[in-house]
Amino acid sequence: MSYLTLSITLIFVIIPLLLSKTLRLGLEKDTIVATVRSIIQLLAVGYILKFVFESENILYILLMVTLMIAAATHNARKKGKAIEGITWKIAVTLVFVEVLTQSILLGFQIVPPTAQYIISISGMVIGNSMVLSILFLNRFTAEVETHRDETELILSLGGTPKQAIHRQLINAIKASMIPTIESQKTMGLVQLPGMMSGQIIAGADPIQAVQFQLLIIFLLLTTAAVSSVLLGFLSYPSLFNQRMQLLKGKF
Amino acid sequence: MSTLYEPALHINDVNYSMGDVHILKNITGSFPKGKITTLVGPSGAGKTTLLKLCNGLISPTSGDIFIHDKPISSYEPTELRRHVGIALQSAPMIKGTVYHNLALPMELQGRKLAEQDAIAILEDVGLDKLFLHRKTNDLSGGQLQKVSIARTLNNRSEILLLDEITSALDRSSLHEIEELIVKINRKYGTTIIWITHNLEQAMSIGDYTWVLMDGQVIETGESDLLKSPMNEVVRQFVQGGAE
Repeated sequence: MSYLTLSITLIFVIIPLLLSKTLRLGLEKDTIVATVRSIIQLLAVGYILKFVFESENILYILLMVTLMIAAATHNARKKGKAIEGITWKIAVTLVFVEVLTQSILLGFQIVPPTAQYIISISGMVIGNSMVLSILFLNRFTAEVETHRDETELILSLGGTPKQAIHRQLINAIKASMIPTIESQKTMGLVQLPGMMSGQIIAGADPIQAVQFQLLIIFLLLTTAAVSSVLLGFLSYPSLFNQRMQLLKGKF
Repeated sequence: MSTLYEPALHINDVNYSMGDVHILKNITGSFPKGKITTLVGPSGAGKTTLLKLCNGLISPTSGDIFIHDKPISSYEPTELRRHVGIALQSAPMIKGTVYHNLALPMELQGRKLAEQDAIAILEDVGLDKLFLHRKTNDLSGGQLQKVSIARTLNNRSEILLLDEITSALDRSSLHEIEELIVKINRKYGTTIIWITHNLEQAMSIGDYTWVLMDGQVIETGESDLLKSPMNEVVRQFVQGGAE
């Protein structure tokens, strides 16, 4: 695709801008900022990836993955500010998920150990894990707030913090995983996944594209489950003190 | 009062603050073992805070609370809370049936409550066994309070803290709960500390009464003190009909 063709695609930005202006949605500024940011960020990433793929240097790969984790952590932590030490808890979760998935992929030689595969798949894993972390934190803070009475009841009857927060924790883990599971149920029927579509457009064999997409689907299931569970079990102890008291003013 | 009876629970110069707000100020006194002590006072006096301190849901900013001459800070929190049970005004329930709620204290200890035992507990608080598998959503305020009390009793607590458990009940349910508490007190020798806004109830049920105002204990003594308080502020409070 030439840059001229690419510039024509800006029609797809002009349409929402016109709608926003006509209906006074007030989204013009955000739409323009989002468009400019995505152009700059994606072009920059494109050139960086080109350089890293050509160099095949393990240090560059590690640096790329580290940057991804740092950016994802920075973005997700905003939703869990009330939880003490949330930054390192999210970072640990993302690192664990990345190490686990790459170990399986590379260990079983499912994908070749090249920058092209490691970085692309890491982007999907870390991105998905970040979204899951945000979903989990949103739901968990809401659950704790809504069921504060129940938590205090269980503590007052001699329950431990883990017992007192168990229902809220499980609800938040389930709620954050549901979008991943539900979207995978209709995969191929309602939507063609972006990566698969991209491969097909680029001229790949559709069956080969489907196989890779299945790999990603399974990978993202693990990512979803491990991210929610790990972040959940790292987060809940911060809501209590050593005397097993629910800390006030956390939410 | 504290010198005449063996104390079930002794409070020594307890203060509690949240941020800049001084909720309890220099509270000192004892709750006699096996007796019913009522706590009265206007809203915001710090009564509920005092009960939560006794159950260990919160800790004093300074001072200490003793049970069997041991500060409660030296007890494991789970052990303390089983020993000092609390029933809250809102009677919060976990999702499920009456049985699920009655079984909760034992489940928290990894044990199971036999259905026969659950029925016996229900009968103890004046509820028919037919209630056992009813959803708690279907219960009236009085029935919920009875289940809440029964659930707390299931820990075999020596001290029972009651936080305005009759304030939202009709007259008939109120009398049933009063009779139940007196029965528990007589049958098991349970020490009861009961917050109430109902001064008639405080005088008729309570052996002793504490009057709290603005985070301080203003007057204590046998519950008859409410008939002729020595303190002028308490007299005004009583004449005002407790809000």
